Amino acid sequence: MLPLLPLLILLLSFLAGSAQTIISGKVKDGKGHPIQGASISLKDTYDGATTDTLGDYHFKTTEKGEQVLLATSIGYKLQEQKITVSGAALRIDIVLKPEPNELTAVTITAGSFEASDTKRTTVLNSIDIVTTASANADITSAIKTLPGAQQVGESEGLFVRGGTAQETKVFIDGTLVNNFFFSSVPDIAQRGRFSPFIFKGTVFSSGGYSALYGQALSAALILESVDLPDQSSASVGLSTVGLNAGFQQLSKKKNASWGINYSYTNLAAYFAVVKQRPDNFKIPEFHNGEANFRIKTSKTGMLKFYGYFNYNQLGLRRADIDSIELKNAFRLTNFNVYGNLSWKEKLGKKWHLYMGASYSNNTDKIGNELQDQHNTPVTMNWEPYDTKGFNVRTDGELAQVKTVLERRLYGLSAIRFGGEYMYFTDKNNYTNQYVTNGITTAEDHFKAAFAEADIYITNDLAAKFGGRFEQSSQLDKANVVPRISLAYKVGNKAQASLAYGIFYQKPEKDYYLRGYAYNDLLYTKATHYIANYQRVSRDYTLRIEGYYKKYENLVKTYGTSNVGIIDSVATSGYGDAKGIELFWRDRKTLKNVDYWISYSYLDTKRDYLNYPYAIQPNFAANHTASLVVKKFVTKIKTQFNGSYTFATGRPYYNIRYSNNAGKYQIADQGKTISYNNLSFSVNYLPTIGNTKSKNFIVWVFSVNNVLGSNQVFGYNYSFNGLRKDPILPTARRFYFLGCFLSFGVDRSDDVINSNL
Amino acid sequence: MKQLFFILVSIVIVSQGIAQSEKFTKAMTTSIATFDSAKTADDMLAASAAFERIGDAEKTQWLPYYYASLSQIIYAFMKNDMSQADAYANKADDLLKKADALQPKNSEVSCIKSMIATLHMLVNPQNRWQEYGPVIQTELDNAKKQDPANPRPYFLQGQNLRNTPEQFGGGCTTAKPLLEEALKKYEAYKPESSIAPNWGKGQVEKILATCK
Repeated sequence: MLPLLPLLILLLSFLAGSAQTIISGKVKDGKGHPIQGASISLKDTYDGATTDTLGDYHFKTTEKGEQVLLATSIGYKLQEQKITVSGAALRIDIVLKPEPNELTAVTITAGSFEASDTKRTTVLNSIDIVTTASANADITSAIKTLPGAQQVGESEGLFVRGGTAQETKVFIDGTLVNNFFFSSVPDIAQRGRFSPFIFKGTVFSSGGYSALYGQALSAALILESVDLPDQSSASVGLSTVGLNAGFQQLSKKKNASWGINYSYTNLAAYFAVVKQRPDNFKIPEFHNGEANFRIKTSKTGMLKFYGYFNYNQLGLRRADIDSIELKNAFRLTNFNVYGNLSWKEKLGKKWHLYMGASYSNNTDKIGNELQDQHNTPVTMNWEPYDTKGFNVRTDGELAQVKTVLERRLYGLSAIRFGGEYMYFTDKNNYTNQYVTNGITTAEDHFKAAFAEADIYITNDLAAKFGGRFEQSSQLDKANVVPRISLAYKVGNKAQASLAYGIFYQKPEKDYYLRGYAYNDLLYTKATHYIANYQRVSRDYTLRIEGYYKKYENLVKTYGTSNVGIIDSVATSGYGDAKGIELFWRDRKTLKNVDYWISYSYLDTKRDYLNYPYAIQPNFAANHTASLVVKKFVTKIKTQFNGSYTFATGRPYYNIRYSNNAGKYQIADQGKTISYNNLSFSVNYLPTIGNTKSKNFIVWVFSVNNVLGSNQVFGYNYSFNGLRKDPILPTARRFYFLGCFLSFGVDRSDDVINSNL
Repeated sequence: MKQLFFILVSIVIVSQGIAQSEKFTKAMTTSIATFDSAKTADDMLAASAAFERIGDAEKTQWLPYYYASLSQIIYAFMKNDMSQADAYANKADDLLKKADALQPKNSEVSCIKSMIATLHMLVNPQNRWQEYGPVIQTELDNAKKQDPANPRPYFLQGQNLRNTPEQFGGGCTTAKPLLEEALKKYEAYKPESSIAPNWGKGQVEKILATCK
């Protein structure tokens, strides 16, 4: 009989097993709301159920004894609990904890506008930058339609929240870019050097930015370059200002790519058709070369290189303000190289490593010559004409390395820390009729260390704590600054944020290069306080932001001259800025129309440079508003873009040295007329979506200042102060017409089509 | 005596094994029936959860995870809530990864990969087609290569084209040849087993009917 025992036991256990236990209950979230669609199961069995609309579940099981009940739902953590199944009906209610989730969690947004496709906080994406009517594919021109930035037409750069252009720094793949814009030409704003197409992500932080970045009192523009292309391709473009050609090769395994681009810009044809105010005796001409490679070093690692080279020349002649028949002939030759190498890798499960290195070398040869009516050089030995003619050659070099390590903590929390080292060398060689050997040099070994923690207290409340240490050998001073921001989710799609931070920036290199008495300059300093409310959904974005910014230790210049000669420099200036900004974007209300409105109110005063006391600086308008509209008409494959920008007049001053008072005084002042700019552009894409076409074609036509509104950017004063000339754009309108083709070398679509 | 004992024991063990695989097939058949007859999004989600439970209990079977992922994707399409679509697609992807690990380079799995990419793309087609368009295409190509007899990659490609505006190279004209190809392949197709993937023919007929 003994051998039959196992069989009997088996039979018994089968009989026992067939008795079913009913398990039921309710699944709720932490706030007591029922969760629909949650999955309940007994571990390692088929038994389980899905909750109904009321969060109720109900299932039968034949299992017995100690079991593990699992409960989960999308967006919630898996919950395990031990239960004993004995045959009697069980009622088990479950509370699920939310899973920290980048899609639903609060994000720290005070002060920053992100333009990328991947993040939820996206306000503008890369395509938006290219299709903004007034921008003509210039990154910073598109950024100027966002709140916080001023409409300054006489010089390049982003003037943010009462700050100068020098207070906004640009970073590419984490490292600082020294000469982001083409070299300055008096009274004419220059474009950025880099094409928007090489960047996939843009963060514009108009204040309170992360401790990973420094040396910018007002704002940071953080650009992230593109990864591997989708396919190999060749491209050519032809426009009213030049031509370009390029090639991108993607490796067969799709793990590496390289590419080259060259463009040549010459404004001769354009200037012949569209009359310019200055007399361009040397037509602007640009040679621009780019090379890149990107290698996937592992499943998670990416090595990227971007190299840039530019050579350009221009010369323009304008009437001299101090005389009737004299002219100033300004000439500029610029040579610039830039290289950026970065590497990103995941180390283990929790660590991320980021390393970046970049190098740039910029040479400007600038000359100004006083000329008579026949354009022949004139030399004069009396003020103010004696210093008008000069030649200067400036060489600027920047080499830097940066390392950031990130470690994920629980949930979405993480800490980041690292350091950077920058080596600046600058050389100035200035000559005029008095100075024959004016070589000055400056160098700075700049070191920084930083650490930052993102702490998610709950899914709805997050804090970012950061600190930064900086040391400059040039100033021979160090600083330590805190950066703090908090974000709290106040609704399903809405959140409120606060940010506070101290920002230091060393005085501009010019103050070291011109050989002034500069004993003991301090870091210029700004303290930001920002409050922000944001509501983002798929179709709408609303942002309201208020801020207060306090400036200390701004650069002050002293002298006794009215031709701009400075005797000494100190960091005794100060100022403040406060304002409210609004941003509204709507992709839904009007069919196939996407538009955004931004408005900035700015109240700022500062005492810096030769200002006699704190006044509203000449780059600050009180009210600025932009409307940007885009409409894609599928039927004709054409996108229509329009933009309108308005800004109230900016103040202008004639600040003169008074021998009687022994200081600078305001001799004359006023306000410019308000600024209006209506721009329009059309993009025609005849091949979009056509899978059979090997080519991708874009036609672009744009007009800036369609209405030809008068735009005055300020006034220049004569030496004697009796005459003032308005600073005007070089032409009333700007037109652009171009055609860009890209040929896909490897189109998988073609292969499929030919197989059918 | 001893011999008899061993024989009996081995019979018990073997029969338990058979019982186990019968239990698996039975559970799968029931769940596939639920999947086939699901009328609402909630039914589809319940089917997905049931498949996931079977997969988790079995641990070595790829089909439950395959079906769990498929029904998760169809659930997302039925639900049509784009604010949640990325989360649903990620869930489907997690499930599919398990199937993919158990059954690498499978034509059916590649089909689901393309469906997941399609879902991600539909969240914001204007901005995402550049990223997901090539993924959809690559996975469908893989599916065709991995099993030339499989009708589903043709069906999915045809369906995608049917849903693409004509201006962008879609519509009936380009979709029809693919759907007809799919139908031909469906007619010749023999599923490997009673629980192997065998869906999509009805949909092809339905879409073709709209293209008359």
